[in-house]
Amino acid sequence: MLSHLNLEATELRLGLPGSIDDVPSNNKRPSPEDHQTPPAPKAQIVGWPPVKSYRKSTAAAKNEEAESGMYVKVSMDGAPYLRKIDIRLYNGYSHLLTALEDMFKLSIGEYSEREGYKGSEYAPAYEDKDGDLMLVGDVPWEMFMSSCKRLRIMRGADARGLASAQ
Amino acid sequence: MCLSQSVMNYFPEEVLEHVFDFVTSHRDRNAVSLVCKSWYNVEKFSREKVFIGNCYAVNPERLIARFPRLRSLSLKGKPHFADFNLMPHDWGGHVYPWIEAMSKSRINLEELRLKRMVVSDESLELLAKSFPNFKSLVLVTCEGYTTDGLAAIASNCKFLRELDLQENEVDDRKGHWLSCFPESCTSLVSLNFSCLKGEVNVAALERLVARCRNLRSLRLNHAVPLEVLQKILVHAPQLNDLGTGSFTHDPNSETYVKLKNAMKNCHSIRSFSGFLDVNGRCLPAVYPICASLTALNLSYAPGIFSNELAKLIRHCKKIERLWILDTIGDKGLGVVANTCKELQELRVFPSDPYGVGNAAVTEEGLVAISAGCPKLNSILYFCQQMTNAALITVAKNCPNFIRFRLCTLNPIVPDAATNQPLDEGFGAIVQSCKGLTRLSVSGLLTDQVFLYIGMYAERLEMLSIAFAGDSDKGMLYVLNGCKKLKKLEIRDSPFGNMALLSDMGKYETMRSLWMSSCQVTLGACKTLAEKMPRLNVEIISENEGGAGEGEASLDDRDRVEKMYLYRTLVGPRTDAPDFVRTL
Repeated sequence: MLSHLNLEATELRLGLPGSIDDVPSNNKRPSPEDHQTPPAPKAQIVGWPPVKSYRKSTAAAKNEEAESGMYVKVSMDGAPYLRKIDIRLYNGYSHLLTALEDMFKLSIGEYSEREGYKGSEYAPAYEDKDGDLMLVGDVPWEMFMSSCKRLRIMRGADARGLASAQ
Repeated sequence: MCLSQSVMNYFPEEVLEHVFDFVTSHRDRNAVSLVCKSWYNVEKFSREKVFIGNCYAVNPERLIARFPRLRSLSLKGKPHFADFNLMPHDWGGHVYPWIEAMSKSRINLEELRLKRMVVSDESLELLAKSFPNFKSLVLVTCEGYTTDGLAAIASNCKFLRELDLQENEVDDRKGHWLSCFPESCTSLVSLNFSCLKGEVNVAALERLVARCRNLRSLRLNHAVPLEVLQKILVHAPQLNDLGTGSFTHDPNSETYVKLKNAMKNCHSIRSFSGFLDVNGRCLPAVYPICASLTALNLSYAPGIFSNELAKLIRHCKKIERLWILDTIGDKGLGVVANTCKELQELRVFPSDPYGVGNAAVTEEGLVAISAGCPKLNSILYFCQQMTNAALITVAKNCPNFIRFRLCTLNPIVPDAATNQPLDEGFGAIVQSCKGLTRLSVSGLLTDQVFLYIGMYAERLEMLSIAFAGDSDKGMLYVLNGCKKLKKLEIRDSPFGNMALLSDMGKYETMRSLWMSSCQVTLGACKTLAEKMPRLNVEIISENEGGAGEGEASLDDRDRVEKMYLYRTLVGPRTDAPDFVRTL
């Protein structure tokens, strides 16, 4: 059992550096009774968490890369406003399409090379580097990622037209 | 005693030496040399491997006088907390004097293993030119050299078997160090340059791998692309340990197909690491080797989605050592728990050290692992939160921990369920794990946890404390209770003079003590230094440049920001920079 901490006797109120509770004795611990929610250390404590500087520097480099992202606009025919997604967050077409289905509350159907997206009114299309409107799914994922400039979810006759353009 | 000694005297020295050959551990050999003078002498002249845990505890001259037939030396420099920027740059730990002394004394050095030392290009050049039989260089968390130094090693060490650079800070001059291995070099068994940042000559690399038929371990750096990896694997299907460089390519390409086929042929790979840049969709190429893997390090591969990671891990049923990022999540750890029944060591590193992000693990993951992996004995776990109940469960499930390091991202976070300190949880760990030799604690902790540690952690050798405890009593419990303690490192905790001075003799039984941002004063440190001449008590100031200014204002009653003390046979070191004062 926890022994009773006689904090009144210590005369010290403790807190993390930068917090109002800081005391001249430079003790950096809050008393448990005051501790409602742990302050997230946005003011970074030197050397905490204890991660080797080598590891931190490699992680920092990766984070910088990741933060730039590859955001593209996504429009859906008939929707009042567009959305934006970072296509680097997805590991393939099925992952992307599932996310779009979730985002727009619709169902897109199975892709086939011959018939495009069967089984629904919607077809996902994208505008490539040349400005052409292309059906999503024809080219390898990596190629798609580098050439996709914006996405468009088409519906109705236009979609069917695009899908069965063969 | 007398009888056995005279019996042993009938044995000629060669026989004693032959018997001692079977005594391999450093501690056992040390014990052997204490038995009697004749054993001391035989042991002295037959000792080939020496381990020095603190390079300032002795000096090169004494080493050479003591063990003149030295062939393999292992040295450690800076203390552990130096890894986390708590030690100013240029504190010390230079290897040059050691190499110089061994060179002058014609030591037949074959192996050198360094940890946390400063290694200059000159040291490497001198090393390369002084020891004709040099075979193995292992540098762990070292710094101070450039690829020019590596070029010297490659050019001159004719019988080099091992060049292993682990997590070093190297100034990559983008030279052609790899091309410096002569065509006649075929002896390489292990090559690890994963920490280098620059390009290497891939043609030279391929030729090197092709001609070193005994190559067992190869770890590439980020600059080596997947196409080259594929070619290398065709040359070296006999590898046991592989670290990939960049692992990203179009999975529909011919190169990728070739890689898959090459991997299938690598029946001996037991240890896998790298993925320094990864496209998750390329991971299936490694599935064939997963079944026989015993070690997997994915801690430098942040780009893998948790579903891809789970799929990969499901193939790894024989894993014994797993290093991973917290992006795996509690669910992913559940997959590990269900799959990896042979798991002994797990390390979960933070992917986002400063964020309070979603990518983190909690006590749930740890409990799942402890329940699913009965052989678990070593853990390093960075987590978002922890509870006493979880730690108590873990202690019950896994009484075999030798190393237990828990690191909460917020250093003083209390029990997530009860808001209490985590004393009881850690108490359960030390009580249950009788073989515990290393412990790191974190989270909200009072003196109580140290009472438990002092009471139960009988085999504890290394203890790391941060932001913990309430008073000197905490530190006293540890110093009085842990008889086997070798290294104690403490930061930001309210331990002061009374604890420091209570048992001064204790420090001669330990390798070192680190205290930073605690309550010890200059006066107490001076007292300690005066009473204990075989300790170096170093006071390390913040500002590296003008230490004089800071120094003058420091009064005996002032707190010392950083103190590092260690036992030594050779007194204050002669290479201390301005900002280090040995009392």
